[in-house]
Amino acid sequence: MPDADHSPKPTIIELRDVEKHYQMGDHLLKALNGINLKIYAGDYISILGPSGGGKSTLLNVLGCLDQPTVGTYLLEGHDVSVMNDDDLSRVRGKRLGFIFQSYNLIQSLDVLENIEVPMFYRGVSEKDSREVAAHLAERVGLGHRMHHKPTELSGGQQQRVAIARALANDPAVILADEATGNLDSKSGGDILQIFDELNAEGKTLIMITHDEGMADRTPRVIRLKDGQIVVDERKELKPTVATT
Amino acid sequence: MRPEEIIDPRRLRGLSPWRLKRSIFLGFKSIWMRKLRSLLTALGIVFGVCSVISMLAIGEGASYEAQQQIKDLGSQNIILQSVKPSNTSTAGEQTRSLVLEYGLTYRDLGQIQQTVPGVNVVVPNRRVKDFVWFRSNSVDATAVGTVSWYPKMRNRDIVAGRFFSEIEGIRTDPVCILTEKLAKQLFPLHSPVGKTVRMRTSYFRVIGIIEDQVDATQIEEGGGAGAIEASSGEGMEMFVPISVLKDHFGEVLFKYRSGSFEAEKVDLHEVTVQVESPDDVVAAAKAIQTILEKNHNKQDYKVTVPLELLQRAERTKQIFNIVLGSIAAISLIVGGIGIMNIMLATVTERTREIGIRRALGARKNDIVLQFLIETILLSGIGGLIGVGLGIAVPQVISHFAEMKTIIHIWAPTIAFSISVLIGVVFGIYPALRAAAMSPVEALRHE
Repeated sequence: MPDADHSPKPTIIELRDVEKHYQMGDHLLKALNGINLKIYAGDYISILGPSGGGKSTLLNVLGCLDQPTVGTYLLEGHDVSVMNDDDLSRVRGKRLGFIFQSYNLIQSLDVLENIEVPMFYRGVSEKDSREVAAHLAERVGLGHRMHHKPTELSGGQQQRVAIARALANDPAVILADEATGNLDSKSGGDILQIFDELNAEGKTLIMITHDEGMADRTPRVIRLKDGQIVVDERKELKPTVATT
Repeated sequence: MRPEEIIDPRRLRGLSPWRLKRSIFLGFKSIWMRKLRSLLTALGIVFGVCSVISMLAIGEGASYEAQQQIKDLGSQNIILQSVKPSNTSTAGEQTRSLVLEYGLTYRDLGQIQQTVPGVNVVVPNRRVKDFVWFRSNSVDATAVGTVSWYPKMRNRDIVAGRFFSEIEGIRTDPVCILTEKLAKQLFPLHSPVGKTVRMRTSYFRVIGIIEDQVDATQIEEGGGAGAIEASSGEGMEMFVPISVLKDHFGEVLFKYRSGSFEAEKVDLHEVTVQVESPDDVVAAAKAIQTILEKNHNKQDYKVTVPLELLQRAERTKQIFNIVLGSIAAISLIVGGIGIMNIMLATVTERTREIGIRRALGARKNDIVLQFLIETILLSGIGGLIGVGLGIAVPQVISHFAEMKTIIHIWAPTIAFSISVLIGVVFGIYPALRAAAMSPVEALRHE
C-alpha cells in the first residue's frame, strides 16, 4: 500500500485498521474497510473517489460525528474511538472545524452570531467571542456584512462565513466536504484561495471532493475506492500555492 | 497544541450566567421569529391561567361576602327565631281560636338565661309589620322592638345620629332608628334625624340611622355562598325600644290583608343569645335546642348558629376550590399538550440546525437546555399574559356585574408557577428527542 513520506512534522491524525459497518437489510456493508492513515500538522489533502467509495463515511469518522466500528482513531494522541458522546462533542467543538457543501449556517442568526456558535459551546466569554468573531469576519472579507442574515448573502459569502466559523476555536484540523460544490467557478476559486492561504499559515486542511481539479491544487491526494485507500501520494508544491 | 485541553471539563462546562443569558435570548429570538405560531401555541396556557385566576377571584369574592354576612351575625351568637307553623299542623292540635299563638316565649327566654351555662347577654326582639308614614309618604316596613345593646351584638354600625339608650327604653320614649334603606325611601331628599314618623296611630321621633344588613340567617338551607335574594320590603326596618313596641301595639298583633283578618300572639320574634366564648357556642346551642323542644310541641322556632353557618360556608368554599382546581388542572394540561405538540413539530423542523450545532460542539445537554428553555419561555409568556388577563377580567366583572371579586396575591403566583412547571414537564420530551438524534442523521436531514 502506498504511503506518504516520513514527515518530520507531528502527527495529528492516525487511523489504524479502521472499519465502518452498516447493516443494510440482511447484508453487511463495509463503508470503510481497513483504513490506515497518518495526517501531519500542516497537511493539505484532497480525498477523492467515486460516490459510494466511502468519502463521506471517512469524513464523518474523521470529524468525530461517527465512530468507527473497528479500529483505532487517534486525534492528537487521544483515542477518539472510545470516547463518550459528551467528549466527542467537546473534541468537535475545540479541535475540528467543519465546512459543508450547503454552508449549513443557522438561518436565524446573523453573520457574527453564526461565527460565535462554536465559541458559545466552548464557553468563551461574550466579550472575547465577539472580538474573535469580528476579527474572523474581517479575515474572510465580510467585515461590512457582520449583521446580515445568511439569506441576505450570496453562496460564496455564506461559505466564507462557514470558514470563519470553522476557524473560531482555532482547530487542529479543518474538514471541508465539497466546499465549492454549490458555487460558481469564481466564488469557488475565492474559497479555494482562502484555503490555500490558511494552509500557508500552517493550518491542516482535509478536503473531500470529486473535482479532479482539486487534486492538482493540494500537495497530498488520497483516493478511496470501496472503502479502501487506493492512492496516497504527495507531490511537489506548486508555485501558485507558495505565492501567498 | 495543548492536548490536555481537548477534554478538560473544568473550563467549559457548567452553566455560566452568560451562557444561560444567551440561551434565553436565543429562545426569545426563536419565539419572536414565529410570532403567530407561538401565540397560538401559548393560547391554551393563557386561557387556563386566566380562567383559574378570575374564577378564584369571583369565588373568593362571593364567599367573602357570605362570610362577612355571617360574621355580622356574631360568631359567639346563637339566634333563635319564631316561625309561623304551617296551617295544617295547627288545625288539629290547637283549640280553635281566633288568635294564633306561636313562637318563642318569655318563659323560654327565662329558662335559657337561668339554665344554659355560659350565656352572657340576651337580646330579645319583637316585630310589627305595617306601613310607616312620613307626611304623605308611606313604606311597607317592620317595627323592631329591641334593647339598647342590639347594634353591638349584631355588629351593625350607626350611620347617623345614635341608637336609643337604656334609659329611653325604661322611660318608654317613642324614639326610633331607621335602616339606611328605609330612610332613603321615606326621606329621599333630606336627613330624617329629628323628624317624626308614624306607624298606625303612634308617632316616633327619628334619632338615628343604622346600616343595612343582609339577613344571613336565610343562608341556611340555600347553602350557596352569597345567594341571598332580597325580597321587597326586606331590610325596611325601624328600631324602637321593646317596651315602647309593647306599649303601643300590645301583645296581640293584628294583620289586615286584602279582606282577610289575622291575629297573632307572639311573645318574641327573635332572640339573640351571646355565649361567653366561641368554644361554648355549639354546646350552648344544643342545650337551648333541648329546652325549646320540651317547651314547644310543634316546630315554631328556628335556631341559627352563625358559627356553624360559617363552618359550612368554609366547607362549601373548599369543595368549590377543589372543583375549580380540577377544571384548572385539566385546562392547563390541555394547554401543555398543545405546547408539546408544537415543540415536537419544531424539533423536526429544526433537525438540521440541531445537527449543525452538534457538529460545532454542542453536547446533548446543550440541545436539551435550548429546547427546554424555549418551551419554558413559551409557557411562561403564556402564563404572564394569562395573569394579566386574569387580573383584568375580574375587574371588568366587578365593574359591570357589581359582584365583589378578590384576587389574593397567591392566586396569580401559583397560576404562573404552574404554567412554568407545565413548560418543564411538557418540554422535556421534545427536548430529549432533539438531543437523541445522531449528528450525522441530523445533518443529512433536509
